[in-house]
Amino acid sequence: MGLIQIGRHEKDGEPDVITTTVEKAVNWARKGSLWPMTFGLACCAIEMIAAVSSRYDMDRYGAGVFRATPRQSDLMIVAGTVCRRMAPVIRKLYDQMPEPKYVIAMGSCATSGNIYDSYSVVQGVDRFVPVDIYVPGCPPTPEALFDGILKLQERIMLKRVFLKQPEQVKPALK
Amino acid sequence: MSLQQLASRLQENFSTGFVKAVEWRGDLAVTVTRDRLHEVAQFLHDDPAMDFDYIVHVSSVDWPDDEERFEVVYEFYSIRKGRSIRLKTRVPESDCIVDSLTDLWKGADFMEREVYDMMGIRFRHHPDLRRILLPDDYPEGYPLRKDFPLRGKGWRDTFEFLNETAR
Repeated sequence: MGLIQIGRHEKDGEPDVITTTVEKAVNWARKGSLWPMTFGLACCAIEMIAAVSSRYDMDRYGAGVFRATPRQSDLMIVAGTVCRRMAPVIRKLYDQMPEPKYVIAMGSCATSGNIYDSYSVVQGVDRFVPVDIYVPGCPPTPEALFDGILKLQERIMLKRVFLKQPEQVKPALK
Repeated sequence: MSLQQLASRLQENFSTGFVKAVEWRGDLAVTVTRDRLHEVAQFLHDDPAMDFDYIVHVSSVDWPDDEERFEVVYEFYSIRKGRSIRLKTRVPESDCIVDSLTDLWKGADFMEREVYDMMGIRFRHHPDLRRILLPDDYPEGYPLRKDFPLRGKGWRDTFEFLNETAR
């Protein structure tokens, strides 16, 4: 954010004028309060739970308020193996999330199906929802998930808010 | 009653349907013909000396080179007597249907449905024989059969709901 110091506050010396763009302010607000949706599907969920709990404390990045409903969340962390029968459910929940919304594919299974090259396992969640960040690992550690969230926050800061965005959704997904 | 005695008792009572009994590392597996399966199971369930009151699992095996291709495996356990027995029967592919044991053990219901879902073996007199894990309109057949391709026939890659989604 463009912090320009014009003057100093009389008492504590902090800058009393901040200049920035509205876009950056909006993005800053958005990245600092990601509300993830509880979406654990397999063992990755355990690491996701560990990332929220006290030892790792995902709340430090403003992303610790896990909601049980898509209508209150803007980040979907798909944590675990996605079976084909689960796919329409994931898509429906994604469609119910309010904009702006982001998706993290956590772990090898959500990213590519991992070793489960079988008739029922979807080979990557990006086949039916647009994914912003892929977190590798089997399962990823909480630190890896944090890295994904920080990368997502960097990407949120780069977004244009008041301009029409280029279509992020793949043509095949429409 | 030891496992050998149990096996010989079964053989005496069901001389026509008894195929073989194999004991291996403390597990007794009895193979019977499928027309006697229900009678043998009823005997195991009702006879006070047998008293197998708990059904552990129903599974199935595909032997693609055998004439009687499929094998249905039931596992029973006697909670009071603390022992278990495995009951097997073979069915050919052309007529893969066996008698359901849901009238003896209610717990066989879902497990028989799973066998039907994955292997395509039907169960006669089953109260509600539908697919249980896969969707009811699953188009590809029975995925646990050996001649089923490992990666399926395309179901995992078709997302018809993407076209239905309101945008």
